[in-house]
Amino acid sequence: MNNLSQAIPFFGKRNPKLALIILLVLAFALPLVAAIFGRTWVRILDFAMLYILLAIGLNLVVGFAGLLDLGYIAFYAVGAYTWAFLASPQFGVHLPFWIVLPLGAAFAAVAGILLGFPTLRLRGDYLAIVTLGFGEIVRIFMNNLTHPVNITNGPQGIGQLDPLVIFGLEINRDLQITDTISINSLFLFYYVFLGAVALAVLLIKRLQVSRVGRAWAAIRDDELAAKAIGINTRNLKLLAFAMGATFGGVAGGLFSAFQGFVSPESFTLMESIAVLTMIVFGGMGNLAGVIVGALALACLPEVLRSIALPVQERLFGAVYLDPEILRMLLLSLAMIFMMLLKPEGLLPAQARYSRIEHLPGMKGSGQ
Amino acid sequence: MIKLLEARNINKRFGGLTALSDVSLSINKGEIYGLIGPNGAGKTTFFNVLTGAYVPEEGEFVFNGSELPLGRPDRIVARGIARTFQNIRLFREMTALENVMAGRHIRTKTGLLGVLLQTAHTREEERLTTQRAYELLKYVGIERFAQTLSRNLSYGDQRRLEIARALATEPRLLALDEPAAGMNATETGHLRHLIETIRNDGVTVLLIEHHVKLIMGLCDRVAVLDFGKKIAEDAPGEVQRNQAVIDAYLGGAHHAR
Ligand SMILES: Nc1ncnc2c1ncn2[C@@H]1O[C@H](COP(=O)(O)OP(=O)(O)O)[C@@H](O)[C@H]1O
Ligand SMILES: [Mg+2]
Repeated sequence: MNNLSQAIPFFGKRNPKLALIILLVLAFALPLVAAIFGRTWVRILDFAMLYILLAIGLNLVVGFAGLLDLGYIAFYAVGAYTWAFLASPQFGVHLPFWIVLPLGAAFAAVAGILLGFPTLRLRGDYLAIVTLGFGEIVRIFMNNLTHPVNITNGPQGIGQLDPLVIFGLEINRDLQITDTISINSLFLFYYVFLGAVALAVLLIKRLQVSRVGRAWAAIRDDELAAKAIGINTRNLKLLAFAMGATFGGVAGGLFSAFQGFVSPESFTLMESIAVLTMIVFGGMGNLAGVIVGALALACLPEVLRSIALPVQERLFGAVYLDPEILRMLLLSLAMIFMMLLKPEGLLPAQARYSRIEHLPGMKGSGQ
Repeated sequence: MIKLLEARNINKRFGGLTALSDVSLSINKGEIYGLIGPNGAGKTTFFNVLTGAYVPEEGEFVFNGSELPLGRPDRIVARGIARTFQNIRLFREMTALENVMAGRHIRTKTGLLGVLLQTAHTREEERLTTQRAYELLKYVGIERFAQTLSRNLSYGDQRRLEIARALATEPRLLALDEPAAGMNATETGHLRHLIETIRNDGVTVLLIEHHVKLIMGLCDRVAVLDFGKKIAEDAPGEVQRNQAVIDAYLGGAHHAR
């Protein structure tokens, strides 16, 4: 969070405390502002929060450990389907969230290790191709696990998922405060997701400045040299895949609960690419950049879409560009312009893996 | 004299090329041992099989009384062998301090859970790691660049940083692959001083160099490789007078530096 608040122009660096407060206020007020323009915008913000979670997790794999993963959305799918299996009428199992979410995370972590093992020796393009295939395999499984026993319901997906109930509070329902005043479920979800993002940021910051984070960065920067200082690159790569997948799994579970419905079409290659685009756009390796990138690319297409659709109708009397196509188009354009103007991303990585205040006679963050 | 490392009949082939042919040598505790020979003689390959980057087809290493696991760099480092590279290999996106901190990996314990929960032990180890790394930067004389990204350091300082990172693993044997390459006379002088200090602090040094003056001035003993074969192993003065060595290496064009 410090990192993010320091990214605020002008007083981010000069007055970090004030910047942090501003950031928190902004984070809390965001859905209230969005609501002025309509409920859909709060919904979009909810999804943006999930994308931030995904981007944070993928950044751990790609940005920290340097393992290009194009099948990341598969872990999102594992988390989502875990919820669908264990908290829905599908098998008649209805477990509470504090069991289902960790289980989803654990299954995703296992999937991460399964993906990690065969790819240990691969780097760059080759790794990207295999992970891409992995993502597709998972999606195709979700589509086809209907015979001989129906597990996933195939392309129809699984519906009527259990709501998210936290301490007796049902997040999927509007919270009735008095007879006339109620808080919309979309807001409740926003704050739950915000909490998840805050926790994720905290954990990632801890990982980054640690023995583990440095080992990942070492593998990313020079695998041979990392081995030469005794880092067990196999174990640490598997750990990176597993940890990254864990974030995806949790995001997937939350996604399921939010939607109340899952189907394979939410987990296409395009989604993997969208998340990767977010971290590249924002600044790979840098937590603040990743968050800003995810927020921007989750919201911007929606903003432009809400403008583009009426404009199309006004001008041509019909909608020629389907919203989904438009979204990919905008993501691609964003990428192209970013690569041309600022290849290192919106907020380039200044990720640090040490705390200089640990040195005697050193205070503050140095240069 | 106590033997620290004994290489026994090491053979390493790349396809049809025999990079190391029956190389046997032994290094005593506390000495500076030179490994010289013309380009392509197999010196770097010897480092690579010793540190587990490659697996030799035949042969074994006995280190500090027991056999080394072949092809297991992490376990070899844990046993106490550290190396630097002929072409500097630092962690580019990390500061000098962080490079050395990464070098502490094998000598520290914090695991995933400790990191996520930030236990008291984790925080204490992190603090100690930072301090130890800073001391090592001081030791090699580049502590003023602690906060500089390693890729922004000068060439000579990068070489020093690589040595500091290797020392962070607490080696008994430090293997340096052409540490003076590309250094000017002043830098080479500092390097020589540093290597002597390291040895005086109890670390045995295995040194590949082309810089004849540096080798002859520093080393207690020298082995000469030529086409993958050891053609001599002796005190520097003797090696310099050895006719086979003069023919293969010292007498020829390689004397340039
Ligand atoms: N990974 C490799 N694959 C194929 N040949 C190699 C490899 N590494 C080294 N060699 C060859 O082995 C020989 C010895 O190389 P090297 O050990 O680097 O020599 P030196 O360090 O003494 O200059 C050279 O002929 C080199 O081309
Ligand atoms: Mg060499």
